[in-house]
Amino acid sequence: MASNSSGGGSDRQRIAQQRLRIIAGHLRRPVDVDSTILAAECKAQDSKTDVSSEGKTVPRRRQEIMKWNGWGYSDTKFLFNKKGQAEFTGKRYKLSGMIMPALKDWLEDTFGTNLQHKSPATPILTSSAVQPPTLNEAFVEELKSTGIPFSHDAEDRVFRAHGHCLHEIFALREGKVGRVPDLVVWPNCHNDVVRIVELACKHNVCLIPYGGGTSVSSGLECPPEETRSIVSLDTSQMSRILWIDEKNLTAHMEAGIVGQDLERLLNESGYCTGHEPDSMEFSSLGGWVATRASGMKKNIYGNIEDLVIRVKMVTPQGVIEKSCLGPRMSTGPDIHHFIMGSEGTLGVVTEVTMKIRPMPEYQKYGSVVFPNFEQGVACLREVAKQRCAPASIRLMDNEQFKFGHALKPQVSSMFTSFLDGLKTFYITKFKGFDPNCLCVATLLFEGHREKVLQHEKQVYDIAAQFGGLAAGEDNGQRGYMLTFVIAYLRDLGMDYYVIGESFETSVPWDRVLDICRNVKLRIIQECKDKGVQFQPLASCRATQTYDSGACVYFYFAFNYRGLSDPVHVFEEVEHAAREEILANGGSLSHHHGVGKLRKEWMREAVSNVGMGMLKSVKDYVDPNNIFGNRNLL
Amino acid sequence: MTDTCQHSGGAGPENEEEFVDILEERRLRSDLGHALRTFRPSPYKGGPSCSAADLPKIVLESQHLRYVVKEIATETGASPEEVREEASAILEEMSQNLQLGFIRLLGYIFTKVFKRLFTSINVNMEGLKALQQAIQESPVILLPNHRSYVDFLVISYIMFTYDIPVPVIAAGIPLAGMKIVGAIIRRSGAFFIRRAIGSDKLYWAVMSEYVRTIIKTGFAPLEFYVEGLRSRTLKSLMPKLGMMHMVLEPYFKGEVYDIQLVPISLSYDRVLEESLLALELLGVPKLKESTTGLLKASKVLQDDYGIMHVNFGRPMSVRRLCRGKINLRQYNLIPRDLPQKPRAEAQACVSWLAHLMVRIQEEGSLISPWSLMACLLLQAPTAVLTEQGLPWHQLTEKTIWLRKLALDFGARLNWPAQVPDPDVMSSAVALHHSVVRREAGRVYLVREEEPERKRPISPEEDVIRSAAAVLMMVSYRNQSLHLFVRPALLATAIGVTKTAQRDELFAFFCFLRDVFSNEFIFIPGESSQDFEEACVLLRKCGAVHISEQEVTASDAGLEALSFLQALLQPFIDSYQVMFRFLCEDKVHVFAEKQFLPAVRNLATKLILSGELHTYETLSSDTQKNVLSALRRLETLAKLESSEQNEYRVVNKAAVRRIGDILSGKIPPQMLQAAPDAKL
Repeated sequence: MASNSSGGGSDRQRIAQQRLRIIAGHLRRPVDVDSTILAAECKAQDSKTDVSSEGKTVPRRRQEIMKWNGWGYSDTKFLFNKKGQAEFTGKRYKLSGMIMPALKDWLEDTFGTNLQHKSPATPILTSSAVQPPTLNEAFVEELKSTGIPFSHDAEDRVFRAHGHCLHEIFALREGKVGRVPDLVVWPNCHNDVVRIVELACKHNVCLIPYGGGTSVSSGLECPPEETRSIVSLDTSQMSRILWIDEKNLTAHMEAGIVGQDLERLLNESGYCTGHEPDSMEFSSLGGWVATRASGMKKNIYGNIEDLVIRVKMVTPQGVIEKSCLGPRMSTGPDIHHFIMGSEGTLGVVTEVTMKIRPMPEYQKYGSVVFPNFEQGVACLREVAKQRCAPASIRLMDNEQFKFGHALKPQVSSMFTSFLDGLKTFYITKFKGFDPNCLCVATLLFEGHREKVLQHEKQVYDIAAQFGGLAAGEDNGQRGYMLTFVIAYLRDLGMDYYVIGESFETSVPWDRVLDICRNVKLRIIQECKDKGVQFQPLASCRATQTYDSGACVYFYFAFNYRGLSDPVHVFEEVEHAAREEILANGGSLSHHHGVGKLRKEWMREAVSNVGMGMLKSVKDYVDPNNIFGNRNLL
Repeated sequence: MTDTCQHSGGAGPENEEEFVDILEERRLRSDLGHALRTFRPSPYKGGPSCSAADLPKIVLESQHLRYVVKEIATETGASPEEVREEASAILEEMSQNLQLGFIRLLGYIFTKVFKRLFTSINVNMEGLKALQQAIQESPVILLPNHRSYVDFLVISYIMFTYDIPVPVIAAGIPLAGMKIVGAIIRRSGAFFIRRAIGSDKLYWAVMSEYVRTIIKTGFAPLEFYVEGLRSRTLKSLMPKLGMMHMVLEPYFKGEVYDIQLVPISLSYDRVLEESLLALELLGVPKLKESTTGLLKASKVLQDDYGIMHVNFGRPMSVRRLCRGKINLRQYNLIPRDLPQKPRAEAQACVSWLAHLMVRIQEEGSLISPWSLMACLLLQAPTAVLTEQGLPWHQLTEKTIWLRKLALDFGARLNWPAQVPDPDVMSSAVALHHSVVRREAGRVYLVREEEPERKRPISPEEDVIRSAAAVLMMVSYRNQSLHLFVRPALLATAIGVTKTAQRDELFAFFCFLRDVFSNEFIFIPGESSQDFEEACVLLRKCGAVHISEQEVTASDAGLEALSFLQALLQPFIDSYQVMFRFLCEDKVHVFAEKQFLPAVRNLATKLILSGELHTYETLSSDTQKNVLSALRRLETLAKLESSEQNEYRVVNKAAVRRIGDILSGKIPPQMLQAAPDAKL
């Protein structure tokens, strides 16, 4: 049942517009009103037609809008302008075009960087750095006859050979390219995928599914030991919403749709999925399913496993899918759980039926300042105990609080700056909070207006019991906006000898404080032991609350001047940090997945038998290892 | 050089530490001024500081204690409130009440007393500086050895003087019972622990939670004796593991990032309690700690006790030490507050660490010239020492020789460089006038004055008189035993087995190490390292040649080898006497109370008959060590039911076999090189 109507009145549209501005891509381009929601059979298109002008966010040639060796859009980045002030270029984000006067000092103070000491990236990719493709001629011949577009252009291949791990981006910036796919193919629909997989099996070609390319687990890296031709199966052109079922509040999508398009298109009909991982601008629905993704607002909408009703995946053995849309079933182990988290080792997710919700009537941001991190965690724990967590609640530690401050844009009026001063004075002097200890929680409430206000009061009352002070909507909103901007900042750091990464875990409540402290100290100690000349940044935040625990996110970065092999040092420290996490009762991953980066701990994480179960599924579904990215197992 | 030297953070004898006499300044300035000095310590930065009054509250409200209270209430049928009250009472009995005022008072008294007793108190400032730094970074555990009542609180005194947070100290409960003194030391940071806790679950829970809370909150540095108590023999004791485990648990469970262990070695030229200790070892009952007893003891304050050395070891990170020794993930699956029996892996790790700490204490202690002289004096027949005396020049020549050997072995010697050697030895003898006297170029053992009595004393009584003097000397010899023990085991192996085969020697070495591991401190699982160390040291002093297959005694090394073998001989002889006793037909089940006097009688007889040459068999310490060793070797069993420490000989054949191996009746080929099989 296709739906093109927006369903609600003008109010809904207004909210939709507002949401578009805030969350989704922050694109300037006016929204295409003739939305792409249609329930048409796909037609394989002529491979010569350029589809980039079709109004999709993600063109086939990603390089047209995105960086090849950094995060995000080509037109958007941080830089130091002629005056030596930090500036965020482009027009896509709220922060775009603004100047952040405090960022320079923060960088210098935190990392010991110096604007004179630059470590610029190789500007362009030299195709000579890329190995010529190893093509399986028979496969290519038959693929040609299907009419499915493909390419063995060097840029196209390099683009699909990496995710966004530090070592991947670092190598690209140095112009170094390792093993890359030999061919990129762009299926247009489920049937295209079926055909490609059949051909791959027939000709023994290695397939690596590619969605949004935002992996941070080395999941997209081509195994160097792979001798067969590697074909990157890019799902980005399978990005249609096939139907919306307003009676059951579900929608059926092609798996290549990226988060921002999904939300935008659903919003136009007055709906949303509510699934908003931090990478949602670029990450795809299929990728979420394949890695067990988690969204910022899971407290209301749930994580991906709660949202998915039905999945279609093409495997070498055929298509796996359930036979109905029942909301829950008792039919043995849930076969979806073989699919979710399979990380591209079993097949390609092509279509997903997912829950949708009417767009929330009202949204409100908020923030609370706590005298210290301990109090903040205690508050989050209490909120979780009372099961009254807002759509999102995140607690940043002191380092991140300071970092947030460094990203404050130049204030336009004297009055605002005066007010800021007053606030600071009130908190630090009047309330006696130590600026080097205090931390801040950001909140997002969603729902009916009255309920939101009620809910807000409940949460603030709890916060007050733990010494929390309400710190305004602005701080909260800025916190969430920064989520999308922060990824760009790593590229700036890398221009000045600073490398960094984030990683995550989930941990029982009683261990949250211990794990945060121990992992941060471990990072600092390891950096010292490994000869890092400057004090590293080790920072964390609790980003999700659950009944029995929380998700903790760590940021870690350091100035690598003076190190001969910074990436190696970095990886050693990261490895040590993961060991520390596991020793402190943290999980191997909460939502980033295992990929190849965390594979070595997999057996311990799921036990020998568990590993055997997963292996036997792989052996049955894909005996010839067609899906040969070698993730997970 | 040796493996364990690495552990001590490079503070080996190569880079000799600079010691400063802390009494020097006290002698120049006002004692009161010192006591009232401004005290500005830099405390632990990591934890939320909490007051002494908060501590019991945190302990009582802990989840751990709540679990245990509930459990006990269910088991005993008492109400949870009653159990909680009981816990509260235990805590009250236990708690310290650290107050700066009392530290000042103590500082005042100590300055007065120390100035009178000691020529100087030498402290290594580098170690103190490192400690000051460590205390700011992580919870710190101070692990001094305990050789005299005097050293209780001496660490606090030094830390007060140098602006380092004053520690809380685990002390035995008898101290708490002393009038006034108990109260003072409680307020100086001591907390009190019952001796035999056994299976008292509630006590155990309260104590462990109390200790953990001190560490987790970073309340203050924690000081305890890893040896458990004061060594009566001046020899290191087997470490006690209970407290060590409690202390390490917060690290194992991830509740703190790291813990720093600071082994501290206190060494005395002369110990105040020397004669009391010897009598105690001979079965004269120990005086109960009491204030009046302390006052009576004040006459000993008139004497000179030479130098006291306090050597602060470098802080050692538990995190680094435990790397690869324990998998902390085992603590992730059960709530950390639940009382749990430690797993074998954790126990092994704690035991290893505890032994390591004692070894580092040993390495850090300073060996006095007198201790070397005592080693040599004891190798002369006792009759010679009491009757003819030993020629002074013979003793001094041999001592100079021994000094060279000790230095070869890496000793920290306290041998003043600027004084002529003869003077050094003369003043050592003068300081120990209670044990030896020098007359007309000869050295004699000093025995207690014969009481005026009608009848002449019996030969048995005479033996005890000599024994008291010998055991005093033994304790000073013991101060340097750790230095020689590994080479001595090898020398004995060479001497007894008469073989040069390296693997056979190793097997015998391991056997000796196993038998004597209640006597000397060996780190569990490191027998190969110990053997290696012994080989290296003996080669260094030229006593042996070493090839891949063989270890052969060199002609030039006979002096060293026979000295080392003789050093171990009293232990071997004493053990043999007791093995013989236990193998007698009539002995099956016996109480420790009966065993000690029975062995004493037997040994006295053997000494009088000239069959036994050592008086050390009379020492209750040696006697108890034999019981522990045989229990460890599973030839003796302690009866669970009995409260009297009753033992049963389970395997006489095995006891006999151990004796036969010791005496060389069983060739080393029959031994299996199974290092640490029993550990």
